Amino acid sequence: MAIVDARNLGKTYETGEVSVRALNDVSFKIDAGSVVSFIGPSGSGKTTLLNLIGCLDKPTSGTIEIAGTDVASLDRKQSARFRGENIGFIFQDFNLVPILTVYENVEYPLIMVRDTPPGDRKALVRDLLEAVGMADQQRKYPDQISGGQKQRVSIARALVTKPKLVLADEPTANLDHKTAHLILALMKKIRSELKTTFVFSTHDPKIVGEAEVIYTIEDGALIGRQEKGTRFDA
Amino acid sequence: MHNIFKIAMRNLMRYKRRTFLVATLIALGVIAVQVFVASSSSYKSLIISQITDAMLGQIQIHKKGYLVSVENVPMNLNLDQHGASIVEGILDSVPEIEAYSPRIRLGGMISNFVETTNIRLYGIEPEKEYRTVPLLPKRVISGTAELKPGQILIPKLLAKGLNLKVGDQVVIIATNKDGSVNGRQFTVGGIVESAPGPGGRDGYIGIADAAELLRMDAPEISEYAIHLKRFDKLHAAYEQIAARLSKEVNAEGNARFEIHTWESLAPFANIAKMIDIMSLFVKILLIAIVLVSIMDVMIMSVYERTREIGTLSAIGTMPGRILAIFVSEGVFLGLIGVVIGNVLSLLAIYTIRLSKFTFSFGMKEGFILMPQMAMSDVMFVSLVVVGVSVIGSLQPALKASRLEPIKALRSV
Repeated sequence: MAIVDARNLGKTYETGEVSVRALNDVSFKIDAGSVVSFIGPSGSGKTTLLNLIGCLDKPTSGTIEIAGTDVASLDRKQSARFRGENIGFIFQDFNLVPILTVYENVEYPLIMVRDTPPGDRKALVRDLLEAVGMADQQRKYPDQISGGQKQRVSIARALVTKPKLVLADEPTANLDHKTAHLILALMKKIRSELKTTFVFSTHDPKIVGEAEVIYTIEDGALIGRQEKGTRFDA
Repeated sequence: MHNIFKIAMRNLMRYKRRTFLVATLIALGVIAVQVFVASSSSYKSLIISQITDAMLGQIQIHKKGYLVSVENVPMNLNLDQHGASIVEGILDSVPEIEAYSPRIRLGGMISNFVETTNIRLYGIEPEKEYRTVPLLPKRVISGTAELKPGQILIPKLLAKGLNLKVGDQVVIIATNKDGSVNGRQFTVGGIVESAPGPGGRDGYIGIADAAELLRMDAPEISEYAIHLKRFDKLHAAYEQIAARLSKEVNAEGNARFEIHTWESLAPFANIAKMIDIMSLFVKILLIAIVLVSIMDVMIMSVYERTREIGTLSAIGTMPGRILAIFVSEGVFLGLIGVVIGNVLSLLAIYTIRLSKFTFSFGMKEGFILMPQMAMSDVMFVSLVVVGVSVIGSLQPALKASRLEPIKALRSV
């Protein structure tokens, strides 16, 4: 069953009198529970596509359904609510809230987005911090931990609300190669435990292989799809 | 809300120096307002009580038209026995009145048998007068305030000019309402210190002596001075008495009496109004300080945390909660400033009280400034600061809550 169904997606940015077409007639489906990667060089349209999937932006043309909802038709508040209920985000720069501890950063979506009762929050946060190996660092602030540790916390924060879909835009770009693989292995491990769909973008060919389905994007168009263990389809 | 407050407080602590500077600025504004309001109120109350309790009374009643001619001391505008009994009947029925005093005002000449000069006098019933203007006996700096028949209380400046002392004989010459002149000898019973305001340099004789001097068959009252149980009920009592007096009309259907509060009788009322206006300006200054500083710091905060706001928004935080976080920050900043400001104001006011700072007013010296911080002022200033903090943080908070997450996340 497809959790993401995009049809003929197009996105054009207007900058003064100049129009920049970032996506052009892109169609794809992402099955629930899969790990999918969008690869391509910088400026190819990966981030634009992830922003559309993440309901952070609206397409100029085409439709996109996430978990059966036409997200392009949602207003600002509805989009925020939809993201909070269905989508987790992992950012390239981690984007942890500096005034909150590791524990509080993970707890934040449960309090401010989901209004989860305190009793339930504790177990959820503890379990995830254990899963990402950050339980012993929970009292530290983001500026007291390493980049790899920050991304682990970011993963825990993205997963704590048990979203259907987790989006990661260049999640390993600011990490060394070894840590990058560890982070991706962690994402896959959690995926298999929680049955969450992971979608990430990268231009690093070394970590692309961690995905089960790889979409190649270039100049705003999907130019290929490859499933792990299959031939590249152009 | 607890978590929103927690995040707001932590954000304030994140920029400690900036928070400290803005809170200090607000605190200084609060101190300026509280100390100024407390000091000016103390000054105002002291002078008003001097004016009302030392000679004027808090409210006065006259025959209609008397006040516009008061400088001439018009004898033909005194109240006859019937008019006086109507007024007294009304005053006796008003529970807010502590005491009232009938007076005959007259102008005349005073002679020490060597020199002669003019004098203005009050004919009073001492017991009633001292209950109505309780500070008057304290103004008697020589002799007694007893004011027995045949005695006169001479104003200090006149006593000095005519070289009079207690026990000396003087002659008072006055013109009655028929235009004839009469004179009578008095003994100086006491010397009265000058007081600021109208009547502050007048002398006093007994009301019966005044009636006799003016050849009245019975005392004809120039004015009734009134002292209330509570000064803060001045206007309510005034309205009550005025309403009853207005029912009393003459044969032509015009009002028989006129009533005035001290504000219409003493020029200091204009100074008091100026003090109130200055207090208002100081309060407006405080509002401006709070508004500008809170807005400035919150605009900076939103600008610096745009990316963070984008993250919060992206992970599903509703715009209302982002708004609440920023408004809470502004309110907490205002609260910190106002709490520090109020505490330091208390200390400053206490220090002023301890220093026993003195000032003079008119001819009178040695008034001690005793400022007092009223709970109503603390509440008012606190509410104003918090209210202005909300207004000041609202625009930046709205901006933060309306940021498009995609644009905010791109911010560096």
